[in-house]
Amino acid sequence: MHELSIALSMMEQMEQQAAKHGGKVLAVQVRIGALAGVDCEALRFAWEIARAGTAFAETTLEIEPVPLMVRCPQCGETHEAEMFSIACPRCVTPEQEILTGRELELRSMEMET
Amino acid sequence: MTPRLIEVRANILKENDVLARALRERFERAGVCVVSFVSSPGSGKTTLLEKLMARMAAKHQIAALVGDLATENDAARLRRACPQVRQITTGTACHLDAKMVAAALEGWALEELDYLFIENVGNLVCPSSYDLGEQMRVVLLSATEGEDKPLKYPTIFNTADVAMITKMDLAAAAEFDCEAARRNILTVRPGMRIVEVSAKTGAGMAEAEEMVEGLRAASCQ
Repeated sequence: MHELSIALSMMEQMEQQAAKHGGKVLAVQVRIGALAGVDCEALRFAWEIARAGTAFAETTLEIEPVPLMVRCPQCGETHEAEMFSIACPRCVTPEQEILTGRELELRSMEMET
Repeated sequence: MTPRLIEVRANILKENDVLARALRERFERAGVCVVSFVSSPGSGKTTLLEKLMARMAAKHQIAALVGDLATENDAARLRRACPQVRQITTGTACHLDAKMVAAALEGWALEELDYLFIENVGNLVCPSSYDLGEQMRVVLLSATEGEDKPLKYPTIFNTADVAMITKMDLAAAAEFDCEAARRNILTVRPGMRIVEVSAKTGAGMAEAEEMVEGLRAASCQ
């Protein structure tokens, strides 16, 4: 739903980077965490709309989904959690430290040489 | 030729995060306690705020910002409790962002305020990504919505600090299983504080008020 806003924010940062480094942007890599509240399919769809008629009209969007990884503060167990149940599978401690899964990161850009 | 790889490694919503951080510092300097409210449309944000602000207005200086896609209706309702209310109409945007909040504060003397309440656009998805510089985010779940909302929208519950179960006066009629709702909230956000309220009967409103006042007392120390 807000993926178009996300796509536009991406483009703003990409414009700054492209101006700094010079050249055409062939592809952009982003990392989206499971708990980031962003739907990857919707972001792909929004990207198609956002890039049309801009300097990024031919830029490919590559999404790396990041799983929700949590660590148990009691027993140290690290596991990939389901979004709706993050308790530790080993000792059932409910409070878990979130290691990854909140990412909404513009990782890198591939530029024409 | 091989393309060049430019490492960026920046948050996509960096601009919002930077603005939100500046707002948070500004609120702290001014000594104003900022609490935001998020929920799906129709779960009772405006009614809860209207009643909460009416209780608090005699003792404290309060103000509110309220977000909707269109109309000034909610601001008009909140003004019945306190005069300093501004509506943010987002047009098509489904959430508030830090820039909208900063713009809406224009001309307000924040240091004269004790509390600022921000009512977000009714939406359980998008507001979770946008930091508004608030000290506390409250997520509402109404008794008429069903117990499994937290499981369906884990992100928003995970980014909030407190959950309020509203419309408790309708719980019996809606066959709302409050214990299941509490369990579901704690599943997606272990240890979260939960307050049950009915803005209509006033049940739980004292606890809601104490919670908000407690936040200010804690941040002033």
